[in-house]
Amino acid sequence: MTAELHEELTDPHADQLDHGAASSRPLKSRISEPQPRGAKIRGNRPVDQSEAANRFMAATEHEAMHDARLWDLRQKRDKEMHGIEEWEELRDLASGIKEHTLSKLDYYLELFEKNATANGIKVHWAKDGAEHNAIVLDILRSRGVELLIKSKSMLTEECGFREFMAKNNVEVIETDLGERIQQLDDEAPSHVVVPAVHKLRTDVASVFAKTIGSDPDNADAHYLTECQREATRPLILSAQAGMTGGNFVVAETGTFVVCTNEGNADLSANTPPLHIASIGIEKLIPGLDDLAVFIRLLSRSALGSPITQYTSHFRGPREGSEMHVVLVDNGRSERLGMEKFWPGLKCIRCGACMNTCPVFRRSGGLSYGATYAGPIGLIIDPTFNVHKYRNLPYSSTMNGSCTNVCPVKINIHEQIADWRRTLAGDGEISPVKKVMMKAAGEVLASPVVYRASLPLGRSALRHLPHFMLYNKLNTWGRKRDIPETPKQTFNEWYRKNRKQPGEGEKS
Amino acid sequence: MSGSREAILGAIRKNHVQGERARPAVPLFDQAAPFDLKALFQRSLERMGGRMLTPDATDPMAPVRQAIVKPGPVLSCVPEFEGDMKITPQTKPTDIAPVEYAVLRAAFGVAETGSLCFTEKQLHVNTTGFLPQHLVILLDPAQIVYNLHNAYQRPEWTQAHYAVFQSGPSATADIEGVLVHGAQGVRSLSVLFHPAS
Amino acid sequence: MKVGLFVPCYVDMFHPETGIATLELLERFGLSVEYPVDQTCCGQPMTNTGCEREAAKTEELFVRNFEKYDYVVTPSGSCTNQVRNNMTAIEQSDAVKHVRSRTYELVEFLHDVLKVDAFPWAEFPHRVALHNNCNTLRNLRIASMSERREEPFSKPKALLKMVRGIEFADLTRPDECCGFGGTFSVFEEGVSAKMGQDKVTDQLKSGAEYVTSSDSSCMMHQEGCARRMGANLKYIHIAQILNGARA
Ligand code: SF4
Repeated sequence: MTAELHEELTDPHADQLDHGAASSRPLKSRISEPQPRGAKIRGNRPVDQSEAANRFMAATEHEAMHDARLWDLRQKRDKEMHGIEEWEELRDLASGIKEHTLSKLDYYLELFEKNATANGIKVHWAKDGAEHNAIVLDILRSRGVELLIKSKSMLTEECGFREFMAKNNVEVIETDLGERIQQLDDEAPSHVVVPAVHKLRTDVASVFAKTIGSDPDNADAHYLTECQREATRPLILSAQAGMTGGNFVVAETGTFVVCTNEGNADLSANTPPLHIASIGIEKLIPGLDDLAVFIRLLSRSALGSPITQYTSHFRGPREGSEMHVVLVDNGRSERLGMEKFWPGLKCIRCGACMNTCPVFRRSGGLSYGATYAGPIGLIIDPTFNVHKYRNLPYSSTMNGSCTNVCPVKINIHEQIADWRRTLAGDGEISPVKKVMMKAAGEVLASPVVYRASLPLGRSALRHLPHFMLYNKLNTWGRKRDIPETPKQTFNEWYRKNRKQPGEGEKS
Repeated sequence: MSGSREAILGAIRKNHVQGERARPAVPLFDQAAPFDLKALFQRSLERMGGRMLTPDATDPMAPVRQAIVKPGPVLSCVPEFEGDMKITPQTKPTDIAPVEYAVLRAAFGVAETGSLCFTEKQLHVNTTGFLPQHLVILLDPAQIVYNLHNAYQRPEWTQAHYAVFQSGPSATADIEGVLVHGAQGVRSLSVLFHPAS
Repeated sequence: MKVGLFVPCYVDMFHPETGIATLELLERFGLSVEYPVDQTCCGQPMTNTGCEREAAKTEELFVRNFEKYDYVVTPSGSCTNQVRNNMTAIEQSDAVKHVRSRTYELVEFLHDVLKVDAFPWAEFPHRVALHNNCNTLRNLRIASMSERREEPFSKPKALLKMVRGIEFADLTRPDECCGFGGTFSVFEEGVSAKMGQDKVTDQLKSGAEYVTSSDSSCMMHQEGCARRMGANLKYIHIAQILNGARA
């Protein structure tokens, strides 16, 4: 396939935003390391995030690009933040609006349903992923749809939508570039905003060469993007139905809003005669005043651009077409009742917490083995399956950067700590951790036992605190030197050099 | 299906651990708005990858003609400019696919973000905003609002079934962060300040 | 004013000089400082892992050791955060509440309570990179953070600026976590070490000769990484610099 490069693409305006464009742009394909794959999924066994993270870091080119790219997005976000004087006020508002809406979610859902229905939208309700898939299939079958074009949606990932449709002979084409790359590579998205961010351009070149016939030796991002545009366009024109998600649902006007940078949601929604939108019930907000707050925060937090290139508002079907909204619960109403964890429902899926997370940047999103990766994933994945995702809350240093970039002020790092407490309390903690902490708790509760456990002057390995080396693995020393042991502890020094409390009165 | 509706609403009502939370009032944040919004609009648009055309007082449509440099059908949705194609009641969404340039008028602009708002009233057929290769857009400078708070006070939101902010051309940086315009939607977007007649 | 000195286990075992410097520094300001010799730990390792029940006895011991003081001061931000914000495994008696609200990290104590305006004895003619422990930065708010739109401030820097001859080296990612993370450093060793190596690389690039921090645990991890990498960097606790160490 030959793709023509349009000259306006190569002549970007000097002051133009580059959407996180990396500073160096080597366009030639290079021999590159193979792409590391994500966590190994073994049924319901707890996902081993650190095993997958270690493989990702071993692919040093991938890790370095991934870290640099996401850190660049974080810095662009900071720059946008400094341009908006009312930034922290907007975050307070966003958090307050979401909390208000969640506290009256039944009311706002019914209000939306009423207004949307009045404008000709057909509203459906699905309690879980399976019901969502069945509803959509039913709509598609009754209209004889065989080809569906779709814009990115994390909710449909939750529902296993593509796999279900494949089994039912409906071809689904993702129209977002990153999501399409992942679909063609048969891999889940690794990030909620930039789904293929863990791939090098050479990985994309080899996926496209195998699937849409691009030149395997050309890894130029412009060329690859153009190939995908040319390959997808005929499908967009011939699809019988389009599907989108929804970033925000405005109850008072019956509007749902979709934000993209590629314009693919508008194409998916406006080209075929049937538009289905799958939307989680937590996406509700009351009115248009509120919407302004979120539109101002979303893309600035996500990519460091003032707004997504396309912000599309759907309030009713266009003439001669049909519009359906499927409101999906899939565990959300239950999460609403979780004292500590309901604020996770405020999330607007901007990905800022992932971009800033030092663990995420070094592990890759697929290491989490779950629909949601990174900080937000740590606190919502266990609500889907507590056993399978019980290790995830430990994949964090609880440094708190996530909480402070979050545009809706979710207390992510506190919830991570709360999950650890909850998991340990419910027996969902790995035996190694449990045994170590029980031992540590006993040693540290007794000054005598504690002092006796500090074997100064013996082999260096033993010099680490008891709780760090109890597991015999000496994980500390693999890549770090063990500190030298001084001749005496502070405690010993103090006993020799200062009079001890109480001594003065006695003598 | 109606069973699920009741089940979901019932579960929500049962799970209200957060109690009542007041709805915050959202200010307009527009005290610092400059008198001339055109300059701010232009700066924002250019950051988003759009281009401003220089007005020509003697021949107002000359900048539009000059912006059309590639061969191919030109669709005009504005009375000021004569294109090769017009929308008719028979035009289907997919009929827009061959269009190289579409000339449109925006309902209004947003200075904060360089956004242009279109509804079905300006687009006639909604795909006009996305299927052409390039867009040339007329914007009445009197129809620029300062920020998004002001934008959402406009009447379009309760009148149109479809309304979109386009802020620059289609863009992606999904491959190693390299910016590419024209991932799916339009490859370029140019704007000319031109009062509505 | 009676001050109880808490010396965390790492400091006790590996960096007694930090404990000594903290004690001497506080004594320079004429305070009566005591170190209860029966102290062990604040309970952080267990709480950090989610094992609250296992932390209870250690927390009780901590309160018994320190309830008689007006202030508890410690050269560790993460331990202060544990006591002030997370010591919830035990019943919240008046003694517990007193200890929790009166426990201060050393820099905070000097800056906010003593309001120190000079360290006439201090001189440190070196290029220094400052590391803020994440708990200290984002939970105790010892400095402004890059994530928020707020007026820049830094309590440790304000104190260090009173030291003669000191020069600051700027990091490219000053707020980035170094990967210690308490038990994270053991359970998630791979990512922890990688973060530590990246931190050391940033410190090297800054041209720093020394790295200083008000938290020993982060520095123990960073120093371990730096040694293994063969990086020529020295780590020194802020208490030592403020107490007049010259190198
Ligand atoms: S938790 Fe906050 S920062 Fe993370 S994706 Fe959700 S809204 Fe964005």
